[in-house]
Parts: sequence; C-alpha cells; structure tokens
Amino acid sequence: MTDLINLFIKAVFVENLALTFFLGMCTFLAVSKKIGTALGLGIAVVVVQSLTIPINNLIYRFLIRDGALSWAGLSEMSLDFLGLISYISVIAAVVQVLEMFLDRYVPALYNSLGIFLPLITVNCAILGGCLFMVERDYNFSESVTYGVGSGVGWALAIVAMAGVREKLKYSDIPAGLQGLGVAFITAGLMALGFMAFSGIQL
Amino acid sequence: MSYQHKKIMFDPIVDNNPVILQVLGICSALAVTSKLSTTITMCIALTVVTAFSNAAISLVRNHIPSSIRIIVQMTIISSLVIVTDQFIKAYAFSISKDLSVFVGLIITNCIVMGRAEAYAMKHPPLPSFLDGLGNGLGYSALLLVVGIIRELLGSGSLFGYPILPLDRDGGWYVPNGLLLLPPSAFFLIGMIIWVVRSWKPAQVEQPEFKIYHAPRPEVVS
Repeated sequence: MTDLINLFIKAVFVENLALTFFLGMCTFLAVSKKIGTALGLGIAVVVVQSLTIPINNLIYRFLIRDGALSWAGLSEMSLDFLGLISYISVIAAVVQVLEMFLDRYVPALYNSLGIFLPLITVNCAILGGCLFMVERDYNFSESVTYGVGSGVGWALAIVAMAGVREKLKYSDIPAGLQGLGVAFITAGLMALGFMAFSGIQL
Repeated sequence: MSYQHKKIMFDPIVDNNPVILQVLGICSALAVTSKLSTTITMCIALTVVTAFSNAAISLVRNHIPSSIRIIVQMTIISSLVIVTDQFIKAYAFSISKDLSVFVGLIITNCIVMGRAEAYAMKHPPLPSFLDGLGNGLGYSALLLVVGIIRELLGSGSLFGYPILPLDRDGGWYVPNGLLLLPPSAFFLIGMIIWVVRSWKPAQVEQPEFKIYHAPRPEVVS
C-alpha cells in the first residue's frame, strides 16, 4: 500500500507529465488562457488517463509483451511491434465511448467537457503515460495508481498555469513576447519550480 | 520544381513555422534537445513521418468518410511511426534508448496530425508531400538551433566532441548547467519567438488588454 501511495505522489509531483516531461504541451499552452476551461480539460484528462492506462496495461501484459501469449499456447510469439498502434486505438476508442456515454447519461457534463474530448485523443500526455507504463513494466494496481496520479498532476499543472496567465494578461509585455513567447517563459519558470520536487526520494 | 512548390516547401521554415507560429509539436521540441545526436535523429524521424503520412493521407482523402477520419489518419501515422521506431532500434540502438518514449510520441505530435487535417485532406499528393517535408524542416530548423545552443553552452561540445575546453579539464569555459536542465528549452524557445517576431512584426499577437497611459495633468501654476 505504501508503495502505491509513494507512486501516486511521485506521479503527481516528482514526475509531473506536463512540467517534467513536457507532454501535452500543445494543449497545455493553447487551452490555459482561462481557469474554467483549463479545469474542464484537466478533469477530462484525469478521467481518460485513469481509464486508458489500466486497459493498455492489460493489453500489454496479456497480448503484446514478449511471451505474453503463453496462456494461448504461443509462448514463442512477441507482438511487440504492434504496441504503438494498439495503444493509440484503445485511446481513440475510449475517448469515443466516453463521449457517447456522457452525451447519453450526463448531458450537463458532456456540454462542459464536449469540445475537449476529441482534443484528448491527440494529447501526448495520454499516449506518453501509456508508454511510460510499458517502459517501467507496472503491474495492474500500479498502473491504476499511475493513471490517476499522472492525470491529476497534468490537471494541476494546467490549472496553475491558467491562474498565472489570467493575471499575466494585464501586464505590460514587449511586443514580440506577447502571447506565446511569455507563455513559454512562464511555463519554464513553473518547470524550474517543479524541479524542486525532484530531490525527494520516495 | 515550380515557384508554387518551392513556396509550399520553404514557407514553414520562417514565415509559418509550425512550432513558433502554429503552436504545434512543442512537447518533443522541449524534451529531446539536450544533446545534438538525439535532436537530429528526432528531426529526421519527424520529417520523414510527416512527409509520407501527408502523401498517404492525401492519396486516400476522397475515400475517407469524415466521421472516422481521425481514426484512419491515426492508423496511417502510427504504422509509419512503427516502421521508423523499428528502424531506429535496429540501426541506432543507444540513441533510441536516449529518446525513450519520444519516437512513439510522434504519433500524437500535433504537427503530423495538424498538417494531415489542415492540408493533406484538401490537396493532391505532391503538394501535400512537400508541405509535410517543409513543416518537418521548419520543426528541424528550430530544434537544431535549440539543440546547438543547449549542447554547446551546456556541456561545451557538439555531437559529443569537445569544442569549448571545459575548466574542469584545465580549459577556460565554465559550462552553464541550466542549459542541460529541461526548463531551459522553454526559455530558449521563448527567446527565439521574441527574435523572430521582432524580425517579422506581422507575427506579433495583439494583447488582450491595452495598458492605458493616463495623460499627465497640466501643471497649473
């Protein structure tokens, strides 16, 4: 249990997907102009991340990994090269199913998250999370924890960034840095701040 | 090659750069630039994938039903990425270890998807191929600048060969450790955006709020 709590804290702060690995930066910079929309996208990422990483973990361990098909009597077979294409299909499918489910049963949430869901398919934080899960060989309970943790970490980062940018728009910035330029520098400073966590040994 | 084709290919390098103007493909631009060898591998991989996925998607563009087009594009792109990934693993294994998940992440690199959606779905194969190539080159140009600055000033070498003699080996150059840390890429790209936009003022974004300078009250004596 302690292991899982440590993994969660590590996924949220020490190995924050947005500010340590710079995943999902395109949406991170494009959708962080208002706190409300940033929060909506953040919640959507948490939900999709905590669904796709465990599903991909099962697929990896029982279908794709070297010798994973031994339950079917095919212990010599490795479908490693199909990894990327299956993960991205799972992500696209989960996003699509989630969209239809929300539309049918929770229309209020669908209306607030609606525009962000299609964006999430191409958010590298989701695929990046899956690939890190594969690279570090997590088991099922670890993958659930990592999924929730990394999603929460990404949401935290984008909401914090939106908070900074809401204040920033009232400041006097040189013409060339206006907009994107200063967003980059702000994100850099936030990433430096998050580096303070990197010394923590869990 | 006609003038039109040249324009399609070279426009994205400065005038319409995918990273600094269209805000696409930033994730990998930040993470792989601390060493020049990984930077170049990443640039070549991305340029190849963008060019060929644009060409392939443009070939089938009239046969894709629009409701499932994202999935079709994803499938084409991820097949190309798998080929690239296997190729790098076979011929440059240590670099593929350095790049870790970032080759796989080309699938969700917004440049590839963005160009497929915005250009290849509406244009014939040859211009689409050139557009992909051009955007790949625009991305590579920016990455190479960042990579050269980071490796030269951060560890005093290029491609691992020492250029500036380091002070710990008896030379004169004290390496700037900040440039080896990931956040420095943010600062460098921010500065590059500043330079490019000062050079081409048409790219400057309008501020949301103008700061109002109140007129000085007349001093009545």
